[in-house]
Amino acid sequence: MFIGYFTERPYQDPNSGYFGATGRDLTDLAMSNASYDPKIGAELYNRYLDEKVYAEEMGFDGLMLNEHHSTPFCMGGVMNVEAAILARITKRAKIVLLGNVLPIWDDPLWLAEELAEIDMISRGRLVTGWVRGTGRESIAHNAQSPFNWERFQEAHDFIVTAWTKPGPFRWEGEHYNYRYVNPWARPYQDPHPQIWIPGVLSKNTVKWTAEHRYPYVMLATELEPTLKSYQYYDEVARENGFEAQSQHRGYLFKVHVDETEELAEAAGRKYIQGPSNPFLEGNQGNVRAFIQNLPGMTSRTNLLPTVTSFALAASRGRQQAHREAVGLAEPDKQDKADYLGTFEEQVNKMSIITGTPKTVIPKVKHVLEYLRPGSIFFWDGDGAMTHEDSMRSLRLFGEEVIPAVREIGKSLDLKSPFEVDTKTNKPIEPAVQ
Amino acid sequence: MTTATASHTETTVEVAGLAIRVLRGGAGPAAVFLHHSTGNPGWMPFHEALAESFALAVPDLPGYGQSARPDWAREPRDIAVLVNRLLDRLELSGVTLIGAGLGGFIAAEMAAMNQSRLSRLVLIGAAGLQPNEGEIADQMMVDFAEYVKAGFRDDAAFEHVFGAEVDPGIKSLWDFSREMTARITWKPYMFSRRLAPLLGEITVPALVIWGEKDQVVPIACAHQYAKGLANARLEVIAGAGHLVELEEPETVARLIAAHAQS
Repeated sequence: MFIGYFTERPYQDPNSGYFGATGRDLTDLAMSNASYDPKIGAELYNRYLDEKVYAEEMGFDGLMLNEHHSTPFCMGGVMNVEAAILARITKRAKIVLLGNVLPIWDDPLWLAEELAEIDMISRGRLVTGWVRGTGRESIAHNAQSPFNWERFQEAHDFIVTAWTKPGPFRWEGEHYNYRYVNPWARPYQDPHPQIWIPGVLSKNTVKWTAEHRYPYVMLATELEPTLKSYQYYDEVARENGFEAQSQHRGYLFKVHVDETEELAEAAGRKYIQGPSNPFLEGNQGNVRAFIQNLPGMTSRTNLLPTVTSFALAASRGRQQAHREAVGLAEPDKQDKADYLGTFEEQVNKMSIITGTPKTVIPKVKHVLEYLRPGSIFFWDGDGAMTHEDSMRSLRLFGEEVIPAVREIGKSLDLKSPFEVDTKTNKPIEPAVQ
Repeated sequence: MTTATASHTETTVEVAGLAIRVLRGGAGPAAVFLHHSTGNPGWMPFHEALAESFALAVPDLPGYGQSARPDWAREPRDIAVLVNRLLDRLELSGVTLIGAGLGGFIAAEMAAMNQSRLSRLVLIGAAGLQPNEGEIADQMMVDFAEYVKAGFRDDAAFEHVFGAEVDPGIKSLWDFSREMTARITWKPYMFSRRLAPLLGEITVPALVIWGEKDQVVPIACAHQYAKGLANARLEVIAGAGHLVELEEPETVARLIAAHAQS
């Protein structure tokens, strides 16, 4: 069992007026950065790094970072900078990047070099993860959306080759061309850091991930469609002659733990307040569907069972596919209610788990039994949560939740990609420290 | 004015291994109309009006509508090469080449590379040049239906053409057209810095037609085309939007017919 910690690093500015029912427009990609205050940014970047260091002290196996652009809900536009700092200031935990947005890189050789440097500085603690990104990312860095999937695949092939094939060599591809590939930086891990692929909706991506025998990490999707998506991975695995197991399954979900049920509820409500990810139901921001649904960005029809979540489908501009998936002619009232997703509703369906260790551990156990992931990430400290909220939770994770979850993981025989090789399904000998 | 025949035929022509659909109707000297980036909705009243004076061919541009997609195409010039070959296949000569919006961009590229089959060039609200003033409206940042609406002088004009409830087939055409457009003109968006320097080489008599209230391609581009082309004249249609040929099909068709006879 691999247990990681994640926060999306929201840009929290109490003075901006953007968040908290002030009546200002909260639409993603429709907000000017004129109100961005670098002094607040400085405090927040340092706070989030401090929290990551503390998470390592509290026993987390992995510190997960993610990347979004031109938006206040995630400050990780250049998460490789944060990763490089963590590589130096932490000692043991894996640094898990989920993930770099490959198609928006015009020069993926530069990315190959950055990741190799991070892997070396951390002495082999990098887990690299690659995504296609949302429409926001393609707009923010002006990457041509119809070639998103082609660029993802070619950039992947190129980076892996740059890491593993002795240079210099030449690369004349469809989207990337190099006359001299010979990076003077190679990954510390042999042959290269583990590659994990996060996702939410694209069936193409799951198929491709399974074909490469990479772990697939589902990001805060609802339980039943998540299980069905894993089952799709399992099917593709069987078609490719291997049995998918827990080491191929990763899951990120919202868990906050606190000293009392009252504190837990107060902090848990903050998940859906403030500059929290507008993709997710109940959050205060709106998305502009036509930007998320850029032309040719994702398949119109080849979607995962997660499309049954209206909020998720709407966030990708896939309302019509959602209606078809759930058999509705038109958006109905239940959909709207689902999209508005009150805190109570989300707690009921375990989209948010918050409580004292005593109440949280059984719920986490249920998730592990139901989904059987070998790697999990607790998503905490988000939305409007303060540093104090995060630190209380981290301490209780370390004191009570992580030890209990490790035991549950053992009893369920949940193995991470560091215990069982996803390529061979054979046990990995623990490295001699 | 007598009503022209409503009949038109549909043919498929192969160019570079791609099936290109062409609608044809009318009689007279040859004319070819190249549609906007939103695709060709069908045999429109504007086509009917042109068919009174011309033997008109309206291809679905490669990658749009019923025409096969050239996966390799990366810019409007690639489409221009294919449509020039289409003119060869159709054995057309003395052609009045008419292009609107992105179709105008492609028509200008075609004329820049080979004007031997052309007798006249007509550019309607044509993209292709970086405006001296203002910017070309970016359809990637709005819903595709909103983008089409922005092409009309007002919502009433939009509804007159597409109805209050847009047909799902038309919406689908807009949706898929946008994907092809994103493949061939993403950055820079809807213009090429390699077109303007060639305009002076286009000697075929050109008519530039623009809606006075065009909110999509700034009217600055009308003046840039009129000035840059070796032999051009500008007609601004008072009060009209970007989709001037849909708003005022008779007026625009009459201007083109007169230009062809001048």
